Amino acid sequence: MEVVLVFVSAALVNNFVLSRSLGICPFIGVSKRLDTSLGMGLAVTLVMAFASAITHIVYNGILVPLGLEFLHIIAFVLITACLVQVVEMYLKKNAPNLYKALGIFLPLITTNCAVLGALLLNIELFSGSIVLAMVHAVGAAAGFTLALVLFSGIRERLNYSPVPKLFEGVPIAMIVAGLMSIAFLGFTGMINL
Amino acid sequence: MNAVVQVMLVLGGLGLFFGVLLSFAGMKLKTNTDPKLESLKDILPGVNCGGCGLAGCSAFAEEVFHGKAETDGCPVGGAELNYKIADIMGIHASVSTRKTAYIKCVGSDKESLFLFKYHGVEDCRAAVRLVGGGSKGCAYGCLGGGSCIKVCMFDAISVVDGIAVVDNEKCTACTVCVKACPKNLIEMVPYDKKIRIGCNARDGAKSIRANCKVGCIGCKLCEKSCEYGVIQTEGQLARIFYEKCNGCGVCVEKCPRKCIVSVL
Repeated sequence: MEVVLVFVSAALVNNFVLSRSLGICPFIGVSKRLDTSLGMGLAVTLVMAFASAITHIVYNGILVPLGLEFLHIIAFVLITACLVQVVEMYLKKNAPNLYKALGIFLPLITTNCAVLGALLLNIELFSGSIVLAMVHAVGAAAGFTLALVLFSGIRERLNYSPVPKLFEGVPIAMIVAGLMSIAFLGFTGMINL
Repeated sequence: MNAVVQVMLVLGGLGLFFGVLLSFAGMKLKTNTDPKLESLKDILPGVNCGGCGLAGCSAFAEEVFHGKAETDGCPVGGAELNYKIADIMGIHASVSTRKTAYIKCVGSDKESLFLFKYHGVEDCRAAVRLVGGGSKGCAYGCLGGGSCIKVCMFDAISVVDGIAVVDNEKCTACTVCVKACPKNLIEMVPYDKKIRIGCNARDGAKSIRANCKVGCIGCKLCEKSCEYGVIQTEGQLARIFYEKCNGCGVCVEKCPRKCIVSVL
């Protein structure tokens, strides 16, 4: 039961993009097309799932026993960077089109605050259980993907809508993001973790 | 001290571990890019100026690699690069003439009439918005505000006596300035042809005489003097057909308005 709660909490209630305002850069940057944003979401999910497991092991297995908890940020970035490289290589080999479409945003997952944010929240909330940590990370990534896919769907429709000249492009996207954020505010208080 | 050593060991160890992991992954997930494509990317200038009309140097390399672009597409590298590219691709270099930008106005401060004095932003794109399209009497003339200088990535343009002049040696024919000039004065001309017509005015002889001492008035003396029929007057403006011009310079001497110039 707790697993479901953690997942829903991370994905909907405390949605990383729309409630915590993390990972805004790819949220605006790669949300012009639905398939690209789905690819980005999957890449982030992959990185987050593995990163949360590895960081859990590194944090609790190495950093805590040695009393080096203050190194956690730099260690986590190191781990994320390594995973992003692997994902990048994998995509370059197996999905070159997606690789091209993601462009600079793929290596930028390294410094994506949604990823680092999830990892840092993990050690705060779920340092006891690797399963919960992974569920939380995957939930966060699922929330990120959900927000990205919803947003890009709206943006694709926006392309065909009579937007006032003043708001064309990113400005209207910002307004849409704000409205979506308000909508997700409705989940607040459903689960308190 | 102990803590520092610990930190170094932990971070170094983690880095080493992930480095080894990555290198294995790199071997496992190696993509086979054609070495030709790699070496093409290596020899291109890498400034991503867009002079070839593509998004950047690596885009150009891919187009050439797939046979969609000519080997001489890069204006920056010039003939030398053209041959290098052809060598790598194992094909004959496609040779087209080197081009250079030319600003079709010789009406410097001394020669032309000014309607008013312009004290504003030092940029033609601002100056041209004023009444009459700038301070110059001639609505077609170079304002010398330096919009072209600002966009030139190769430092090839300078203002001399109030008109912009292109340094042919530095110019790489990237055509960025052509798009920047609000007066549409800049034209790409063959690098090795030295006779050029320094006027773009189409106002009619009377107005040109009033506004500029060196404006073309369409007297047709150049057209008549040219043995090879290279210059033709269209409307009131002389036009040169560069392909056949051999640079004899007769027209330069004959022009009563001194608006045909010999550069280089």
